[in-house]
Amino acid sequence: MDAPLAIRARGITKCFSDVVALDGIELDVTQGQIHGLVGPNGAGKTTLLGLLLGLAVADSGRLEILGTPIARALAAPDGVAGFVDGPGLYPSLTARQNLAALAALRGQDARTTGIDDVLDQVGLTDVTDDRASGFSLGMRQRLGLAAALLSKPRLLVLDEPSNGLDPAGKKHVHRVLTRLAAEGTTVVLSSHRMDDLEALCSEVTILATGRVVFSGPLSKLAAENRELDYRLRTSDRQAARQLAADTAGIHVDDAGARDAEVLVVRALAPALDELVVRLVNAGIAVRELAPVVSPLEAAFLALTEQQEVIQ
Amino acid sequence: MTATIAADSIVRARRVSVARGYRFELVKLVSQWRIRLLVLACWIAPALFVAAVSQQSSLPVDTLFGRWMHATGWAGPLVTLGFAGTWALPLLTSVVAGDVFASEDRLGTWRHLLVAVRSPRRIFAAKALSSLTVILLLVAGLACSSAVGGVIAVGNQPLVGLDGHLLTPGDAAGKILLAWVCVLAPTLALAAIGLLGSVALGRSPMGLLLPALVALTMQLAQMLPLPVAVRLALPGYAFIAWSGLFTSSAQLGPLLIGIVVSLVWAVTATALAYMLFLRRDFTNLTDDGSARRAVTVGALPLVGLLAVTVGVVAVATPATGTGIEQDKVQRSVATAFAHLYRMQTKQLNRPDVTEGQLQATATCNKGGGKLAAEGPGNDWRCVVSWHLPDVEAAGSAIYQLDVTPDGRFVADGDGPKEVNGYFLVRTSTGDAPNPLWQFDGNVELLHTTKG
Repeated sequence: MDAPLAIRARGITKCFSDVVALDGIELDVTQGQIHGLVGPNGAGKTTLLGLLLGLAVADSGRLEILGTPIARALAAPDGVAGFVDGPGLYPSLTARQNLAALAALRGQDARTTGIDDVLDQVGLTDVTDDRASGFSLGMRQRLGLAAALLSKPRLLVLDEPSNGLDPAGKKHVHRVLTRLAAEGTTVVLSSHRMDDLEALCSEVTILATGRVVFSGPLSKLAAENRELDYRLRTSDRQAARQLAADTAGIHVDDAGARDAEVLVVRALAPALDELVVRLVNAGIAVRELAPVVSPLEAAFLALTEQQEVIQ
Repeated sequence: MTATIAADSIVRARRVSVARGYRFELVKLVSQWRIRLLVLACWIAPALFVAAVSQQSSLPVDTLFGRWMHATGWAGPLVTLGFAGTWALPLLTSVVAGDVFASEDRLGTWRHLLVAVRSPRRIFAAKALSSLTVILLLVAGLACSSAVGGVIAVGNQPLVGLDGHLLTPGDAAGKILLAWVCVLAPTLALAAIGLLGSVALGRSPMGLLLPALVALTMQLAQMLPLPVAVRLALPGYAFIAWSGLFTSSAQLGPLLIGIVVSLVWAVTATALAYMLFLRRDFTNLTDDGSARRAVTVGALPLVGLLAVTVGVVAVATPATGTGIEQDKVQRSVATAFAHLYRMQTKQLNRPDVTEGQLQATATCNKGGGKLAAEGPGNDWRCVVSWHLPDVEAAGSAIYQLDVTPDGRFVADGDGPKEVNGYFLVRTSTGDAPNPLWQFDGNVELLHTTKG
């Protein structure tokens, strides 16, 4: 038997007045997985995350969180934590006071609940006694994550957790989420940062206009038979361009290259492999070969554009 | 194949208790600089104010008991109470209760709070109780600070009541405490209106200002010559009616009605705020509670409550018109004169006389007798007559009266100057103006107390 499901959604529909925010959502998230939620603005990501946190209840459909059917608002089982629309922090309190107040609210002893530990995990040890009013967006995000960690969640729901993070902050957050998943915590996060999702998530769900247009492993998304643009930097651009133009299945995009030494080619993976072999045989060194946009981003753009055309 | 998590490993959602939510809300409130400053100001400023004013040669005679601030430290907390009912308490309730829900809208923390507490009902209870606690702390500060400041700066002397009778320091302290407790009722009404504004108007600054605006409107209304039933039905009347505690026969009727009306307003406004809060959709980003519904659910029932209260008070009480009638004015002036005459006699080292021996009476008219002797106005004129033992002829003195619509009056001596003119008398706290020269009094608007 496979790993148990932390989230099981069937035919979830949610409307606000005459706006359909979610339209028949089907979603399975396995326990211990980091699952990415991606979609254009207004796709329904925040609404779905709100349902997972128990802030609202679906108008129709069936939602189970950690094995509990959710039939009314604010009925998510213990072990669900996170935030939507940014972390809820009180600017007049310090980082430590924010967490201590939250711990006390849940009946935890602030001295033994591990406030210092979670602040250390998110890299806020140096500012524990600073008021949250002076925090940057990235620091607020990390403090919000620390607040969620305090409850030792089994399902962590995060809305755009990478917003405003500097590279060091991003590293802290990625490390925490990866460790949590390794320990069995399920993480569902939304983001517009494809590099984050690719670095963290084992599976993603792409939403467009309230519908799921893709849900599954990243590898499946990348393996979709789709042409991508690649940046190609070689030791001899002119010769490389000639070889690319002569290779079947390769389209050279002269307008796409902003760097004089870089060539942009559009191809499927097999044609690109053939080009690399030819370049090497011709004695041309390949110094850089990378997709212009990530496979996830390309798939996201293609799928959401398709959905818009259907609409 | 996948399976959902085993049922035995599931922990059902646990709601946070009201007690924990209350502590959480209290921590948030007390962590705000403005609340800390208010607490500090309420516990220090009144003492400094009372001490400073008591040392001035010119006293705030326009404020009830202000003219006695040189004579006793117990006048200070009553002057502060008068000022607090007019300005301080409406503003304090605005800042505390008027912002307790709106602040979550401003900070965008509603979802966070709901996920943590899991019960809008308990969030409401915790917020209402925590703001009430802070308001009580502020009111206690005003009362204690002004009393301590007054007693330290001036002393623990007897207080002259509103009808001229003397209250022992212990009696005065008890009644002052009672008066401050009484004004908690209208303060609660304003706090509840603040909660309602905070829930209904969301981020709008109108929510914050609502208690102050309502209080200002009520004060303006109290300045108008309204029928007694309307005056008593206003939720702020107890801010005025506490003065009835300081007459020898306490004027409890208007005070009790004022307190009951205030409490009804407090309960109704809180219930409306609760209903509005529970109906709010916190998942909808565009809904911050400020909508047409706020007016229909929030304001209209309160207008209805005012109408019903006016009707009930009109039916339940015998008073008609403004409640200021000739016989009541005459009784009040004569009673105050008799008490103060005794005080003057003592200060001038003359043989003591009792109020019974004086048999003081007053004959009052309005507008020189050309107008009906009723209602407020500064054209009341009274001739007071009294008798002394072993003196056949009756004494008489004239007073000009300025009677305000709420029943309070200032009597200004108009001769003979030996009786009610301005001269200094020696008292235990130093020289003071002749107590019969100018004095405050109170006409009870209802027919519940005999003088």
